[in-house]
Amino acid sequence: MTTFLLVIVVLPIAAVIWKSTGNGWAGFWEVVSSPQAVAALKLTLVISTLAVLTTAVFGTVIAWVLVRDSFRGKSVVNAIIDLPFALPTIVAGLVIMALYGPRTPLDVTIGSFHVDADVTFTRGAIYVALLFVTLPFVVRTVQPVLIELDRELEDAAKSLGAGGFTTFRRIVLPAILPGILSGVAMAFARAVGEIGAIVLIAGNLPFKTEVASIHLFYRIEQDPEGSAAIAVVLLAISFGVLLGIGGLRWFVTRHERG
Amino acid sequence: MGRLSLRVVALGYLTLILIGPLAMMVWRTAEDLDGAWAAITDPDTVAAFELTLKVAAIAVAVNTVFGIVCALVIVRGNIRGRGLLNAFIDLPLALSPVIVGFALIALYGVNGWFGWFQRNGFEILFATPGIVLATIFVTLPFVAREVVPTLREIGTEQEQAAQTLGASGWQTFWRITLPSIRWAVVYGVVLTTARAIGEFGAVALVSGNIAGQTQTATLRVEDAYQFAYGNYAPAYGISFVLAATAILILVLMIVLQPKGTRH
Repeated sequence: MTTFLLVIVVLPIAAVIWKSTGNGWAGFWEVVSSPQAVAALKLTLVISTLAVLTTAVFGTVIAWVLVRDSFRGKSVVNAIIDLPFALPTIVAGLVIMALYGPRTPLDVTIGSFHVDADVTFTRGAIYVALLFVTLPFVVRTVQPVLIELDRELEDAAKSLGAGGFTTFRRIVLPAILPGILSGVAMAFARAVGEIGAIVLIAGNLPFKTEVASIHLFYRIEQDPEGSAAIAVVLLAISFGVLLGIGGLRWFVTRHERG
Repeated sequence: MGRLSLRVVALGYLTLILIGPLAMMVWRTAEDLDGAWAAITDPDTVAAFELTLKVAAIAVAVNTVFGIVCALVIVRGNIRGRGLLNAFIDLPLALSPVIVGFALIALYGVNGWFGWFQRNGFEILFATPGIVLATIFVTLPFVAREVVPTLREIGTEQEQAAQTLGASGWQTFWRITLPSIRWAVVYGVVLTTARAIGEFGAVALVSGNIAGQTQTATLRVEDAYQFAYGNYAPAYGISFVLAATAILILVLMIVLQPKGTRH
């Protein structure tokens, strides 16, 4: 099994890291600090953060509604949450384009005033695509915690005069926060690395709508060493996220471990 | 906020981000059914789906065995570095598919450490083996991640009882362990299949993308989009087949879920 892991995962990654040293430290830094690479990395981090924060808020609301509310068709809604996991990412891009692309039905014209939801080839397209692919992460980490949550605590808080919002902030939120955070971390890693859902609809214009993974994608053939440097930066972000999740798990279970 | 307003917010968001776009995609496919059908029945598209299914089958087989062994080591093993393995197994989920593809190029490319194969006619890159390796990499964690919690939950009492009664390690595995984790395995297999069929970024880099030969279904969609010249019916048509497959997989997941020990 160790050999399998070594050949399938460890050696390929080691080979990329090794390649990034091909031009020395100065060469590495020159590529990573080049304006186009910096712009792509910055765009990736900013837009992933925005998308993941949105997902965190709405994901928590959706999880809450799925656990505490009841309405007809709830089980169907619950089932389709996983769709972004099951759908090929390239198809996700086309699905977004169908509603937020050319000839969008979300189109308002009043006199000379015109606004529509066609976001293709803008940063808005990247944002919407990331909202789509990260949707299940927070819902699926918060939902099981909410199901297990003891409602007596909330009833007690309410009987002591706490309002709905205070009860949520003081009782519910602390309980579900680890779930939200681990969902957010996985969603962030996913958003930073995403290519399939973005590549068709973002236009990939350098300095404007080119994210890091796509910048890397189109660079590999012409400049393997330089591309390896960018890959190492992205790798470092992924490792950081994994470490963060590990640390979080360790922190949450600190009472159980004594 | 009241219960009703939360419900409106949740369902409104889902409509804007998930349900609306999906319904619109079905509508766009229906706008030009003939064009969509022609693209789906194109020999190169059929070949692409065949390749995708072949690759997915291999990746599923390999990762099912690996996933079960890996879960057994994480939960039951007493070797050092178990914790490390547990953290490591999630790595493919946190990596960009572009990095996965690039890593394989760096290793198996003509100048790579394993460049011998590529230089001597045993083509790995831009051929089926590269696609298989990329798919195995990205689908690595799914079976193990499903089996680990189930193994923890079932405990070791039955296995110990079997061994006290003289069962060998293999017998215990086949008669006791495997039957109790089977639904977790099946669930992991379903997730692996979905991801294997849908992989794009890693496969795009290592496949060579030759229509009818090394082009998978998702690459076929990208191809249809890039050469659409304003006619998106082929791209929507092939996407529709993939989306229908994804929904079928989702239905399978729902059918399987209550039988497992998941909550």
